[in-house]
Amino acid sequence: MALLDQTPANAGAAQEGTSRVGQWLARVHPAAWLVVVLLITLPLFANSFILIDIFGWAMILGMIALSLMFLAGYGGMVSLVQMSVAALAGYMVAIFGNSAASEISLGWPWWATLPVAIIIAVLFGTISGALAVRTEGIYTIMITLAIAAAFFYFTRQNYTIFNGFSGFNSLKPPEIFGINWRDHVPFYYLILFWAAVSYLVVIYVSRSPFGLALQGIRDNPRRMEALGFHVTAHRVAAYTFAALIAAIAGILLSWFSNQISPGTAGIGPVIDILVIAVVGGLSRPIGPFIGALVYVLLRTFSLDVLEAVGLDGSRFKLMIGLGFLLIVFFSPDGLLGLWERWKGYMARSRNEFDPLGGGER
Amino acid sequence: MQTAAERLQATGTANALEIRGVSRYFGALAALSDVSLSIKPGERRAVLGSNGAGKTTLFNCISGDFPPTSGSIRFFGEDITDFPPHERIRRGLRRTYQISLLFGGLSVIDNVYLACRGVSRGRFSLIRPRRNEALMQSASDLVNAVHLTEIQDQPVSELSYGQQRQLEVALALSGAPRFILFDEPAAGLSPAERSELIEILTSLPEHIGYIIIEHDMDVALRVVESVTMMHNGRIFKEGKPEEIESDREVQELYLGGGHG
Ligand SMILES: Nc1ncnc2c1ncn2[C@@H]1O[C@H](COP(=O)(O)OP(=O)(O)OP(=O)(O)O)[C@@H](O)[C@H]1O
Ligand SMILES: [Mg+2]
Repeated sequence: MALLDQTPANAGAAQEGTSRVGQWLARVHPAAWLVVVLLITLPLFANSFILIDIFGWAMILGMIALSLMFLAGYGGMVSLVQMSVAALAGYMVAIFGNSAASEISLGWPWWATLPVAIIIAVLFGTISGALAVRTEGIYTIMITLAIAAAFFYFTRQNYTIFNGFSGFNSLKPPEIFGINWRDHVPFYYLILFWAAVSYLVVIYVSRSPFGLALQGIRDNPRRMEALGFHVTAHRVAAYTFAALIAAIAGILLSWFSNQISPGTAGIGPVIDILVIAVVGGLSRPIGPFIGALVYVLLRTFSLDVLEAVGLDGSRFKLMIGLGFLLIVFFSPDGLLGLWERWKGYMARSRNEFDPLGGGER
Repeated sequence: MQTAAERLQATGTANALEIRGVSRYFGALAALSDVSLSIKPGERRAVLGSNGAGKTTLFNCISGDFPPTSGSIRFFGEDITDFPPHERIRRGLRRTYQISLLFGGLSVIDNVYLACRGVSRGRFSLIRPRRNEALMQSASDLVNAVHLTEIQDQPVSELSYGQQRQLEVALALSGAPRFILFDEPAAGLSPAERSELIEILTSLPEHIGYIIIEHDMDVALRVVESVTMMHNGRIFKEGKPEEIESDREVQELYLGGGHG
């Protein structure tokens, strides 16, 4: 509940919200509680590698993929610009705050740097959205890909602001409230907090008039227009909302990797976000996080696994590609879809009624 | 362009719908040619005609889905010929679609809620609606009115054809409708659903007028007081249901085959 109260949407309705949050909490599946407890207590039994390099990284990538899931799953708009939005936020933190490139970095305090970084990144996401929303399907993908590519080449060639090829190093979270956020346990909780907030806010907003209207526009823009909704403005606003999540994730990402450079939002990472979201599943906000965890595990361990069985370790990208192909081939809705199908299969084979599953789709 | 005062003045005594010389071309094809039609406030009328007669095209011109090539349309005295669809909705004009245009990924209640929300404020609100919120309340009343309460949380894509047709009707009743265009609402309904539909139509508040396109004479004649016959994009007969039914020309042209 403490988490829910952080949502801007809930601020006005805090009073009335309490009872409904209670109801909502009661509906949460026991397995979900297990995950929550596990994530909160993880620092008790996991080392810094598991905490930050596996779960921390997965949650950050999950947030960026979540911002894509919001646009694609609820709005029917596949945007490839989310990674660039995240990277821009990271760049702004480096430029306005502190980095090793002291001739560029302005050294502003964190309370000025962070909001400005987020605002600039959100503006960038919104403008990209405004350019993309008048197109549909493959053309949306092409326009956002073009923007992402332009961002990559611009940051690589611009030395006065973006410090060109090398970008910025030694990016560190500030000390706030006397806590050193670069220590791995505080940093883990910082990431967990923002990942949880983003996740819960997306779930909450999906059932608000704004979120419902976005899904209505996905299903039938013509009817929504006729009902009195401003379809274009609504779509652009969705990009703004998604950019906010991507921007926060981008700041965390720059602290996670201690650096920001053109490669952060190169074409590879841009596509990876799409892969993560699709592999996880675009139908629900948990999908991107599942996809991100699978991606991080593959990235981290497939090299070892491949070498252990005597294969060339440099083939790990091939493994990711094959996994992607298999999942998309067997389930258009990613791992979430596989899970639903398995649940449906189990329910049928046990011949019992599954009130949550709702049967085959 | 009219001034606001002129518009206001016109509203009091005007017809609900005043269509003058409306034509609509698709390339060289005249889907509507020179159609004129007046409908009094609260009047209920059926439009009959064979396939391709231009009935749906007439609705599209009235609702603003696409504009007429020429002619003018007045809604309660106000010239709405060049208004976009949502401006017409805000003035109390509603329609259903012959082929359902629904939100397949959303639940029944959310579909109706969106229709209610469209004509009110707060369309960008990030606050979830409460169960007892006025709009949510009227949405669930409408769902109840079309007998879909039991399945109100199901995604619309899982509904049967007949249920989707009923939901179309619920969307058209949202907000404060003054005049509704029903495009073949009974097509594909079971006999039981048909009589439910007839009951919904006949129990609408008296001030709400409508035009209904309906091939089934048994349905049409029970819910209207006047009938307009269309053929090849033209109106060729208007009158009371009994007159139309017994008209020899109509029987030859329209009722001849199937209803012989
Ligand atoms: N969007 C369009 N583009 C081109 N031609 C159209 C379009 N809409 C309708 N038409 C044509 O206009 C004519 C009238 O069509 P309309 O849909 O109005 O008929 P209708 O009376 O509703 O018929 P039905 O009983 O089959 O619904 C038809 O010849 C149709 O092919
Ligand atoms: Mg038609």
